[in-house]
Amino acid sequence: MSEDKKRASNQALQGNEAVFCVKGLTKVYDMGEVKVHALRGIDLDLFQGELVVLLGASGSGKSTLLNILGGLDTATEGCVVYKDCDLTRANDSTLTQYRRYHIGFVFQFYNLIPSLTARENVAIVTEIARNPMKPEEALSLVGLDDRMDHFPAQLSGGEQQRVAIARAIAKNPEVLLCDEPTGSLDSMTGIVVLEALEKINRDLGTTTIVITHNAPIADMADRVICLADGLIADVRSNAHKKPACEIKW
Amino acid sequence: MRALNRKLLRDLYAMKGQAFAIALVIASGVAVFVMSITTLNALRQTRADFYKQYFFADVFLSLKRAPEGLRLRIKEIPGVDMVETRVAAAVNLTIKDYSGPVTGQLFSVPDIGKPLLNKLYLRQGRMIEAGRDDEVIVSEAFARSHGFMPGSKLSAVINGRRKNLTIVGIGLSPEHVYQIAPGSLFPDFERYGILWMGRKPLGTAYNMEGAFNNVTLTLSPGAQIEDVIERLDKLIEPYGGLGAYGRKDQLSNRYLYEEFRQLANTATIFPIIFLGVAAFLLNLVVSRLINMQRGQIAALKAFGYNNYAVGLHYLKLIILIILLGVAGGVLSGVWFGRGLSEMYMDYYRFPFLRYEFQPGVAAIAALISIAAGITGALYSVQRGVRIPPAEAMRPEPPATYRETWIEHIGLKRIMSQPSRMIIRHIERKPVKAFLSTIGIAFACAIMIVGCFFQEAIDFMVDVHFRLSQREDLAVTFVEPASKRALFELQSLPGVEYGEAFRSVPVRLRYQHRTYRTAIMGVKPGGDLQRLLNSRLKPFDPPREGILLTDYLGDILGVRVGDKLSVEVLEGNRPVRMVSVAGMVSQCIGVSAYMNIEALNNLMREGNAISGVYLAADPDYHPEILSRLNEMPRIAGIVERRNAVKNFYETISEQLIVYTSFMAMFAATIAFGVVYNSARIALSERSRELASMRVLGLTRGEISYILLGELAVLTLAAIPLGCLIGYILCAYFVDQLQTDLYRIPLIIESGTYALAATVVLVSATISGSIVRRRLDRLDLIAVLKTRE
Ligand SMILES: Nc1ncnc2c1ncn2[C@@H]1O[C@H](COP(=O)(O)OP(=O)(O)OP(=O)(O)O)[C@@H](O)[C@H]1O
Ligand SMILES: [Mg+2]
Repeated sequence: MSEDKKRASNQALQGNEAVFCVKGLTKVYDMGEVKVHALRGIDLDLFQGELVVLLGASGSGKSTLLNILGGLDTATEGCVVYKDCDLTRANDSTLTQYRRYHIGFVFQFYNLIPSLTARENVAIVTEIARNPMKPEEALSLVGLDDRMDHFPAQLSGGEQQRVAIARAIAKNPEVLLCDEPTGSLDSMTGIVVLEALEKINRDLGTTTIVITHNAPIADMADRVICLADGLIADVRSNAHKKPACEIKW
Repeated sequence: MRALNRKLLRDLYAMKGQAFAIALVIASGVAVFVMSITTLNALRQTRADFYKQYFFADVFLSLKRAPEGLRLRIKEIPGVDMVETRVAAAVNLTIKDYSGPVTGQLFSVPDIGKPLLNKLYLRQGRMIEAGRDDEVIVSEAFARSHGFMPGSKLSAVINGRRKNLTIVGIGLSPEHVYQIAPGSLFPDFERYGILWMGRKPLGTAYNMEGAFNNVTLTLSPGAQIEDVIERLDKLIEPYGGLGAYGRKDQLSNRYLYEEFRQLANTATIFPIIFLGVAAFLLNLVVSRLINMQRGQIAALKAFGYNNYAVGLHYLKLIILIILLGVAGGVLSGVWFGRGLSEMYMDYYRFPFLRYEFQPGVAAIAALISIAAGITGALYSVQRGVRIPPAEAMRPEPPATYRETWIEHIGLKRIMSQPSRMIIRHIERKPVKAFLSTIGIAFACAIMIVGCFFQEAIDFMVDVHFRLSQREDLAVTFVEPASKRALFELQSLPGVEYGEAFRSVPVRLRYQHRTYRTAIMGVKPGGDLQRLLNSRLKPFDPPREGILLTDYLGDILGVRVGDKLSVEVLEGNRPVRMVSVAGMVSQCIGVSAYMNIEALNNLMREGNAISGVYLAADPDYHPEILSRLNEMPRIAGIVERRNAVKNFYETISEQLIVYTSFMAMFAATIAFGVVYNSARIALSERSRELASMRVLGLTRGEISYILLGELAVLTLAAIPLGCLIGYILCAYFVDQLQTDLYRIPLIIESGTYALAATVVLVSATISGSIVRRRLDRLDLIAVLKTRE
């Protein structure tokens, strides 16, 4: 790839408005005797329609960053601005509105409601969204047509993970935050899931952030951000995004 | 249906056993509340209606004899509304095939028409035909206990002459709802009856033609009863008036009032404690339940459900369970309430029962329950939603356990690893463990309250009749007699020993407080009637001064050494000042005592006696009784055996029935609490226990870890429960004191043992249910999903 092209694509992106604007973000977990510095001052802009992959060693602060971006956790210092809204200063009900109408989440530990079936686990989100898909549609995007009425306990780990993804994409959010969406999946199923994410990102222009431990997945991203020890160690842009179907691991 | 509501129903279904146990606890509290309050309201309403519709008089007065013309003078007293004069007389009755002594009170009814005041409710039969001197109406309780019907016959000694009477009607009067012979402590429907007869024949028999010896009246609105009584007493004084008194001192009404007051106390304290305990448990259970759903609350919040929606979701769950309990409680409360009211009807003689379902009472019970549940839920929901979702959603970090102090002090070596896990777990969550213990302890405590009455009442009866009133027979004369009467009675066959007593009706006054009772003149060194000090040791009355039942001392607010004013209500009614020489410990009845000689001196009389206590061979009782019945000057005979039996059949029975209902509900609550504690512990720790199973621990070992904790908490709860039970009983005993009797604070070890057993059995059953669930623990499912 030539330097020109790379610059061009970056400029194209920069031309887009920044969806997230992160400045000096730190997160300290106070555990009494010890303080755990999960994030030590992150500066970062994320742009509209961008697909970003977050890489980094275990414990480097990826989930923490994602949670703060998603309004699930509060920062210790620094600020995070989503469009015009300063998340670090927002009150609880603003954050609730923010999560409800803008964010789709895939949790690292799925967090399905055990007493609801797969379909109902998706419905519980679509019922309060503004412009959702049908739960069935979302579930079939992740290849679960024949598991809709199963309870979480009756699903395999990977299937649960796919329900969690269906739940996140079903509301057609403006931002999709996925914490290891393919962690428990074989590469075949993983690719199905990645294709779904790619499709949403492409068709709806959803800003998508994906945490993963599988470095090859980074090839499908517009940008790859590496975290190490609570700091951004490296940011690189892919001039050529690889389609999900060509990724192997 | 919305997915969230579906989750609600599924969650409810999944915890159905627990929900049922919670509902059961609430139902018990609500049932006790509804049962007690509706019964009390029904009785009060019934009494009010009966008094009103049957013109219960406001002022009552007995006198020797006054001409009928005085009636108009009475009516002119300001504040008097309606006046009715009557002839009243005590009679001895003889009933065919009944050997015991029967006495009665005869009242006149107008020859034409109906009584103006204290009207009769005729249950059966008719009023007396004008001019008939052989027709009577008898009170229902008396009629029932002898199986009388209109047409039945009995004979009476009226003014010295035996007369055969025919019962033409069976009636009830607001004046005799609580039917008790003057001077006796408890009702005896077999041996004491109220009879009504035509005014003319009764007047003729007692030389009261154109005269009366009893008057009742009602007050006009706004009248001051004290003023009316004062004027009435002044007016009647020359005619041998015995002192007018109001409803407050009217025997039936006063006992009714006392018993209703006592019932009101039980009917409010019990339910408040029950509902309070139920609410506390509900609160406990709900907050732990919601705590367990922390992760789900976080997930819902992460999807954008706001705190209000999440809170409402859990509140709905709680309210559903509560409503289930409230519905069950109201239904069973009404059912038991109706039964209880009917039992009381049997005891108090009301012509009708005004029991109705009172939606207001049910609503209050529901509100209290819901409020309790919601506060419990709100707190936990609030705590749940306050944690940032990101944090709440992470799998709970491995808990920080430490070596406990028990291990520190060196018991470590003798404890197995699972035992150490039990105490570490308890010590890590001390508040939770403490609350569980408190919950079980309260269940144990209310069991004790429900059960202790029976034994305390036995103790009370034993003290009264074995240590204090030891006579077999108590004989009271119509008028004070001389010592000769004692020797006469002592010579009856089978009589082993006799002891005379003097009884003088008085009104005691100290500052503004007054009390109508009798002073008993007691012989020092007596063996049948003995006065007991506070340590229940007998002592002799001092030569001077008056002794009071300790309870009476409290009522009048006097202490030893204070001077009381004694207004004698018989003879020429002297008023004297007497100093209080001491207190007498007595749990049945209220009296004042004096040395018999001092009392005779106070009355300025010789060796007058009012009656005799007799010790007699039980085999001779029937003969003695029939001989006594022949004697003309005897007003009343009380046989101890019979008095005790009556006490148990009437007063004690109603309390025992009520409290055994309580005990039943208490046992239900005990089970509900213990079961819930066990189930919550199971669901809180099933993940951890499943992991241990996966690591190779056996079913027995994980059961030991969980059930061992339950056992430790239960065992700790029992002594605490006994202590709380004791405190509650003390409170009850204090609240239930009446003129009639005071239950002593005596809790037998059997009561503690029973309460402990119920708790232990509940724990065992709950434990085995939990154990079965542990055996079926689905290791895979537990490990695969969170929560
Ligand atoms: N609630 C918490 N309390 C204390 N420390 C925490 C908490 N959450 C995270 N940490 C610490 O913060 C650091 C960053 O955690 P984070 O979950 O962001 O890591 P991660 O990069 O997502 O790791 P992984 O790839 O293993 O998921 C870790 O050292 C972790 O131990
Ligand atoms: Mg992580």
